Amino acid sequence: MSKDYMAIFNLAEDESDIKALTAKRSIASVPIGSRFRVIDFMLSNVVNAGVTNVGIFTDTNSRSLVDHIGDGKPWDLNRKNDGLFLFNHRLLDIANFDTKILQNNMEYLFRSQSDSVILTSSYMVCNIDLKKVIKSHESSGADVTVVYTETNNADREFLNCYTVEVDEEHHAVTGIGKNIGYIPHASICMEIFILKKNMLISLIQENARNRKFNDFYALLLSKLKVLNFNAYKFEGYVSCINSKSGYFKANMDMLNQDVSRELFQSERPIYTKIKDEPPTIYVNGCSVSNSLVADGTIIRGTVRNSIIGRFAVVEEGAVVENSIILQNVRVCSGAHLSGAIIDKNVVISENAQFRGDEYFPTIVEKRNIYLP
Amino acid sequence: MARKNMIAMILAGGQGSRLSPMTKVMAKPAVSFGGKYKIIDFALSNCSNSGIDTVGILTQFKPQALNSHIGIGTPWDLDRVHGGVAMLPPYMSEQGGDWYKGTANAVYQNLTFCDQYDPEYLLILSGDHIYKMDYREMLSQHIAANAAATIAVINVPIEEASRFGIMNTDSDGKIVEFEEKPKHPKSTLASMGIYIFTYRTLREYLIRDAENPDSDNDFGKNIIPAMLANGETLVAYEFKGYWKDVGTIQSFWEANMDLLSVDNEVRLFDTSWKLFTQVKVRPSQYIGTDAVISDSIITEGCYVDGEVRHSILFPGCRVEKGARIVDSIIMEDTVIEGNVIVNKAIVLEGSHIKASNVIGDGNEIAVIEAHTVLEPNFSGKI
Repeated sequence: MSKDYMAIFNLAEDESDIKALTAKRSIASVPIGSRFRVIDFMLSNVVNAGVTNVGIFTDTNSRSLVDHIGDGKPWDLNRKNDGLFLFNHRLLDIANFDTKILQNNMEYLFRSQSDSVILTSSYMVCNIDLKKVIKSHESSGADVTVVYTETNNADREFLNCYTVEVDEEHHAVTGIGKNIGYIPHASICMEIFILKKNMLISLIQENARNRKFNDFYALLLSKLKVLNFNAYKFEGYVSCINSKSGYFKANMDMLNQDVSRELFQSERPIYTKIKDEPPTIYVNGCSVSNSLVADGTIIRGTVRNSIIGRFAVVEEGAVVENSIILQNVRVCSGAHLSGAIIDKNVVISENAQFRGDEYFPTIVEKRNIYLP
Repeated sequence: MARKNMIAMILAGGQGSRLSPMTKVMAKPAVSFGGKYKIIDFALSNCSNSGIDTVGILTQFKPQALNSHIGIGTPWDLDRVHGGVAMLPPYMSEQGGDWYKGTANAVYQNLTFCDQYDPEYLLILSGDHIYKMDYREMLSQHIAANAAATIAVINVPIEEASRFGIMNTDSDGKIVEFEEKPKHPKSTLASMGIYIFTYRTLREYLIRDAENPDSDNDFGKNIIPAMLANGETLVAYEFKGYWKDVGTIQSFWEANMDLLSVDNEVRLFDTSWKLFTQVKVRPSQYIGTDAVISDSIITEGCYVDGEVRHSILFPGCRVEKGARIVDSIIMEDTVIEGNVIVNKAIVLEGSHIKASNVIGDGNEIAVIEAHTVLEPNFSGKI
């Protein structure tokens, strides 16, 4: 069934509100949940639905993404037939040019043997059974299926995401808009679409002629009156990584056992790159509670309500609470972190203090390992 | 095909009966160790880190778990265009076939495998030792000494020496005598079962040994003594690091417990010499609000809300609130419910210890077989 479907990742994602974490990487490769990257979730979702042809369209700021994805082996995408295709694009402001990127790589679309496309972004973190979405798409007979989620927190989350108006009875999309955070209740477009490959091609070609849209989703949703849209409501957990607070919340949500069980359930595992880290050692005198800890870390200090990345070290007397520390971070003795996000390779010196909160977490940016 | 400088053959056919019940369904090298590894990962990772890209694994006893663990060798970077890993079980030919009769016979039966790489040197390893070692250093010494064979040795306490094969050397490190488990040892240099041979020389000895019906076809008992008797140059290479043969439940437990400090002698946390293994994808470990953990190793997919002291948890274990685990090894996907006390025990994979059980008395090491389900308040004999 899913052989008929290919997946295209459109990584032209709006980074304007999460820049501190994306200076050297795309949103897709931002570390999350102590050992994953943002894209691991949607990438695993398409693979778990049986899709074996995945095209990832990204820009030149992709060293970190390419390093993470590699040949796609962790997702079983190092295939002889189909597999992983990575398209780097040289554009200064990628967020507004995704139709152009698709247009420039038309050959990939023509050559792929699948006749339908799952078009998606990376920054909606969820574990969704796309087989069900495909089934809904097929039985609806619609031209386009749009996946959406209902939220009562639209004034704080999913800001700047597309919203859809849905006729629930007929599963039809009746209108579109943008979430400007004005009202709490909204149906948020999860930026997961299913449509025929030929339709995608003709939309892009049409747009190439009249140059109306830079943003492909806007182009697609503008066809609301012309095409038949099927709305698929996703009832599960989803968080949106397009802001610092959204990123902070998504990490903290993973401490919730219900969310964690749903995201990491064994029938549809979330795959990620293997780094051969040793297990984690908890030294006498450490105190850890309600935290997610990756392998390869050494914990001597206190860790509460936090997310600890691979190869991190928390020294004796250090306190890490309500914080996210990424790979290779060392928190020296006496330091105190609260409401902080510490990016890769940073050394928090002795007795240093960083404080923030869930809405305005303090971010210490990634350190280049070649600098002192 | 291009010649290889050195290829490795790992002896992984042993039954390991003294490690029962761990070896009930698998060969000893496939037994889990150290939180996320299998015993054979040490030898394989040493090969990989020493730049050896061609490894034959001689299997015989219950090889299925080993086969699926090793696969095509990707975790150890041994899925190679020229070389890589090869599983070498006994086989049939036109003249019939034989089980591997001894360590030397296992290699003898695979001379064709070795010949295709035409290696200058052959490294013989055991699949059941815990150590990190750079075989390149041993090879340089072998080349410098222009030896026919170099045997890695480790200094053991004199009172333990009679449990090992002991090398008696002269002042230049040349081996003058080899004694298998001597009653009155003359030296404390024990053979680690790691040999580098000059391949052409070894090849002749293996062929001659195979023709001798009285031979046990064993490296220690037959090949080394024959080489010594013929006046070949045999050299001892003294290894200074941590090395342990985990042959018994007691030594297996001790070697695991040896890992429970950051600067442990095994150098488990030394990432410049990484240990590689086959990894199943799992989320990070979650430590709950009621967890109390000290001096312990915990790994991916674990959920801990109880007390864990001086213990090792393998991937996917669940330790519920109110459980207490001390001096123990809990293997993959085991569930320990509340009010359970596990004191100095090895609980094998997939077990489920339900509420209010007590396992182990803190003296003898208790072993719970794989996939055991203990009902609440079970009080019978385990």
